[in-house]
Amino acid sequence: MTADKATIAKQFIEIIPHAKALGMQITQIGDGLAEITMPYDDALIGDPKTGVIHGGAVSTLMDTCSGAAVMSHPDSPAGTATINLRIDYMRAATPGQAITAHAECYHITRNVAFVRAKAFDADFDNPVATAAGAFTVEAK
Amino acid sequence: MVRKPPEPVQIVKQRRDAALAALVEGVPYIRYLGITFERHGDELTAVLPFDEKLIGNPFLPALHGGVTAAFLETAAIITLSWSYLWEDIENGKLDPDTLTHGDLPRLPKTIDFTVDYLRSGLPRDAYARARVTRSGRRYASVQAEAWQDNRDRPMAQATAHFLMPRPKS
Repeated sequence: MTADKATIAKQFIEIIPHAKALGMQITQIGDGLAEITMPYDDALIGDPKTGVIHGGAVSTLMDTCSGAAVMSHPDSPAGTATINLRIDYMRAATPGQAITAHAECYHITRNVAFVRAKAFDADFDNPVATAAGAFTVEAK
Repeated sequence: MVRKPPEPVQIVKQRRDAALAALVEGVPYIRYLGITFERHGDELTAVLPFDEKLIGNPFLPALHGGVTAAFLETAAIITLSWSYLWEDIENGKLDPDTLTHGDLPRLPKTIDFTVDYLRSGLPRDAYARARVTRSGRRYASVQAEAWQDNRDRPMAQATAHFLMPRPKS
C-alpha cells in the first residue's frame, strides 16, 4: 500500500515541468518522508558576484520536496497544494554544489498536512535553509 | 534668483531605466524565470510572462508554488534595492554605465520568507508589487503581493526580512 503511494508520488513529481526544468531527482520517498536533489546550474545564480544560487530556487526545491512528503504519507488520499510556507535562510549555498532537500510530513489531519524541511549543500552538518509549511489534503 | 532648469525628461528616464535594467538583467535566475520590471516614477511592477516550464501541476494546470514564491522574492529584493539605490541614482553618485558593465551594487540577503498561497496560479502572466514597510541600517521588512487577471484577487502574498548590504567604505 505505502509502496504504491510512494510510486504514485514519485511519478507525479517526475512529470512536473518546472521540477524537470530544474533537474530535480527524487532520491528517497515514502511514509511521509522525501528527499530530492537539484544540481547546481549557472541559470539559477542569484548573486552574479559570488555565483550563489537564488533563494527562489531553494524555495522551489523545498516546496516540491514538502509536497512529495505529504503525498507519500499513508494517511494522504491523493494530491496536495501548498497553503503556506516559511523559509529561513541560514547561509549562502556553496557555488558549484548540488542542493538536497529533506522533508517530513510530521502531522496530517483530514484537511491539513504539516511539514518541516531542511536544505543542504555538500556540508550535511550545516543546513543552507529550513522550512515549515501547511499543505492541503485533497480527496481522491 | 536663478533656478537651475529641470533636467530634460528623456535624460531622467534614460538614467532610471538604465539603472533598473542593470539591476535586473545582471541576475541569471531572474532572466531564467523571464521576470521583467515596469517602472512608473519610482514604483515598480514585476511581470512574470507565462511559460510551460513554470508549470507545477500539469493536470490543473497551475504555476509551480516555488515559482510564485521566487517571483515574490525577486519583486521584494529588487523593490528594496531600488528604494535604497534611488537617491544615489538621482544625485548621480551611482553611474548606470558602470552598472551595465557588471559593477553591480551588493544585493540584500534574505533572512526569512513567508508565502501564503491564496489561489492557484493560472497558466497566464502574473504581476507583483512589493512595499518596503521598514528599512533600517541592518534589517528591512518587505511585503509583496502577486496577482493575475484581477488586481483584487491576489494569488499569493508574502512577508520577508532582509539583511541590508554594508555600504562600501
